[in-house]
Amino acid sequence: MTHAIGVEAIGIGKHFGSFHALSDVSLKVRPGSVHGLLGENGAGKSTLVKCLLGYYQADAGSFVVDGREATIARPADADALGLGMVYQHFTLVPSMTVAENLVMSRRNVPGVINWRTEIDGLTQFMQRMPFKVPLNAVVGNLAAGERQKTEIIKQLYLERKFLVLDEPTSVLTPQEATEMLGLVRGLAHSGALTIVIITHKLKEVAAFVDDVTVLRRGRMAGTGAVKDLGPTDLTAMMIGEPHAPKDPERKGTPTSEARLAVTALRTADDGGRKGLSIDSLTVRAHEIVGIAGVSGNGQKELVEVLGGQRPYASGSVMVDNEPYFATREQSQAHDVRVLPEEPLRNGCVPPMTVVDNLNLRSFDTGAKKSWRWWLDRAGMAARGQSMIAAYGIRTPSPQAPIGVLSGGNVQRCVLARELDGDVRLLIVANPCFGLDVKAVAETRARIMAARNSGTAVLLISEDLDEILELADRIVVMHDSAVVHEMPAAGADPQEIGRHMLGHH
Amino acid sequence: MMDSVGTVLLAMLAGSLRVSTPFLFVSLGECLTEKSGRINLGNEGVLVLGAMVAYATSYETGSPWAGVLAAAVAGLLLGALHGGVCSLARVNDVAMGIAIMLAGTGIAFFFGKPYVQPSATLLPGIPVGFWSDNAQVRNALLVCPLFLLGIAAAVALHWCFNATRVGLRIRIVGDSQDAALALGLPIDRTRLLATAFGSALAGIGGAFLSLYYPGSWNEGLSSGQGLMAVALVVFSRWNPINCIYASLLFGAAGALGPSLQTVGITWGYYLFYAAPYIVTLVVLILTARGGRSLRGMPGQLSIGR
Repeated sequence: MTHAIGVEAIGIGKHFGSFHALSDVSLKVRPGSVHGLLGENGAGKSTLVKCLLGYYQADAGSFVVDGREATIARPADADALGLGMVYQHFTLVPSMTVAENLVMSRRNVPGVINWRTEIDGLTQFMQRMPFKVPLNAVVGNLAAGERQKTEIIKQLYLERKFLVLDEPTSVLTPQEATEMLGLVRGLAHSGALTIVIITHKLKEVAAFVDDVTVLRRGRMAGTGAVKDLGPTDLTAMMIGEPHAPKDPERKGTPTSEARLAVTALRTADDGGRKGLSIDSLTVRAHEIVGIAGVSGNGQKELVEVLGGQRPYASGSVMVDNEPYFATREQSQAHDVRVLPEEPLRNGCVPPMTVVDNLNLRSFDTGAKKSWRWWLDRAGMAARGQSMIAAYGIRTPSPQAPIGVLSGGNVQRCVLARELDGDVRLLIVANPCFGLDVKAVAETRARIMAARNSGTAVLLISEDLDEILELADRIVVMHDSAVVHEMPAAGADPQEIGRHMLGHH
Repeated sequence: MMDSVGTVLLAMLAGSLRVSTPFLFVSLGECLTEKSGRINLGNEGVLVLGAMVAYATSYETGSPWAGVLAAAVAGLLLGALHGGVCSLARVNDVAMGIAIMLAGTGIAFFFGKPYVQPSATLLPGIPVGFWSDNAQVRNALLVCPLFLLGIAAAVALHWCFNATRVGLRIRIVGDSQDAALALGLPIDRTRLLATAFGSALAGIGGAFLSLYYPGSWNEGLSSGQGLMAVALVVFSRWNPINCIYASLLFGAAGALGPSLQTVGITWGYYLFYAAPYIVTLVVLILTARGGRSLRGMPGQLSIGR
């Protein structure tokens, strides 16, 4: 194996037009260590690593790699120095096998590939690895955790000596995350690799990281060894204010009657993915039901069914004891709201304005849900403006197309729209995805407020902490089915994790 | 009775071997282009232009093989034009493909006028049925060398996509732009070349039309084979070997009407003539049932995104 190298960034500055993404940021990563790069969204973490990896050119400052000053003008330069990165959005080719992906990632791929020798070589290589992935599996069929491992294996295969992991645990179960971070830490401490982890999760930092550097609004907010810093110091560095209270106030107890009742729901298989098979799922008023599960275990399909985007083969979905097919009339009559995954794609019309998108639920109804022929432009604008103000949506103008907004602001827009007015049933998928720490606290408070005022909430989240914080009842999905159900009070994360993985 | 069934089947086999070749070449070309993540509806125009160029070149030089080569070059150039324009920002490949289709046919008709009358040297057939003393069998098994070339091209493409650097790179570019960027692959150049060489194959398909069967040049030579090839690629699941089967099936369906005529069934000629299109519809409906996404489709195709 190769040896780990140290990397130092000195006084890096980078601006895009008049916007200063980075000013005078320095980063020192010791060889063979795990270094955490922390900061809220937009703090400049990705800009910094993109400069280091040659995707951007820094305007000021310099890099020192393995003790020598390095000019990194192109990704190929970083590659030659042994610097690599695992992206949050995986860059494996989904239709190819693990073996094909590994071979094609090499710099010197032969013109004609002799698969027998390649597979032999890869099998031998895999035996030396701390963890294994099946060489002949098609990447598109692998679970997220396996893909992540494949990405790391690929970097080792490429003999990288310095690796940046961008939010590596965002798609993993707690067990997978612990296992993966343990492996990564082991690799670093064995001197094979130096690791930088970009993350939001303070718990992971405390457990697996040696040193941290915190960025805030493009500037250094602090740096140091984790053992000298407490979680409060880190949070303070990141947002400059203390964390939101962990146990929010709950008002009202769940009613006995189910507001949403899903029974014996089945959907067709889709491109090799198993269809949904949910025997029973209920949500009552004054209740948040949290669906925990590893990404890709049917949560997306469930939200699509409830939102009317996916037909189901058999079974029933009842809202207020009436069959529910998610037509516009029905969703308006029952006040059902959905915050889908990828809200820009599933819940917005990207070229339409922010105001129009904020009014998508209600533009065709007047007072008391009467049918409306002519749009009330002034009313729509006023409503839009008040949502923009209330949710702190940052948009160049209310008339800007929603597609130009950042992910976090699109999320806020859809959240504002879906929580507007009376909501009897709220279905939210990963509501805090891509939001910064402050916005996360606000969003969770809003969901809790909706519950307290009598809304039935179905919360689908890949963030177990979020479910533990908000839910009254927890349901675990695995392999497109509900495999476990428990009250949230006193729930053990390790047990939930085991069910998420299908062990019990 | 048995005899006439045998006659019909033999005629369909013969027809299949004959009619399938242009489908095979255009679908292989389209398959190559689509694997790189781009659609080329212009191959219908390339087919017609290839037919004209092949016929004219064969007439002028006396060598049908020079005609085949010229058709491939004409296809290559038209494909490169399509690929080049589509590389520009915000050009829609479907709309551009239709423009190329019309341009190709237009150019062919314009320059092809003088060649409608004269007769050029055609490609010779290979007597694969030499062992039989039945004239019908021998006639049916007179195979065009281009058909064999097409089979070889399909096998070569299949091998290329699975075991060569260039083939795997085409698949990466076609399946995941993110991965291609991360690997530093030249996306536009790959697509340009895949489109150009795909169109060259479609051009050879055109040469078959004018130099073998029907074996003449006129403006009604193609009946939409270039467009049907797009459907063929879909139900071949973007697999070159399946393109062979799909083309043969198509050819056989196309030969149904004429084959029935040989045994005296003349009613419904035009209905049987529509058989390939009915087969397309049925196969597409059967393979694309609700709720499923298309398996095997390159991820970057504009119709899939």
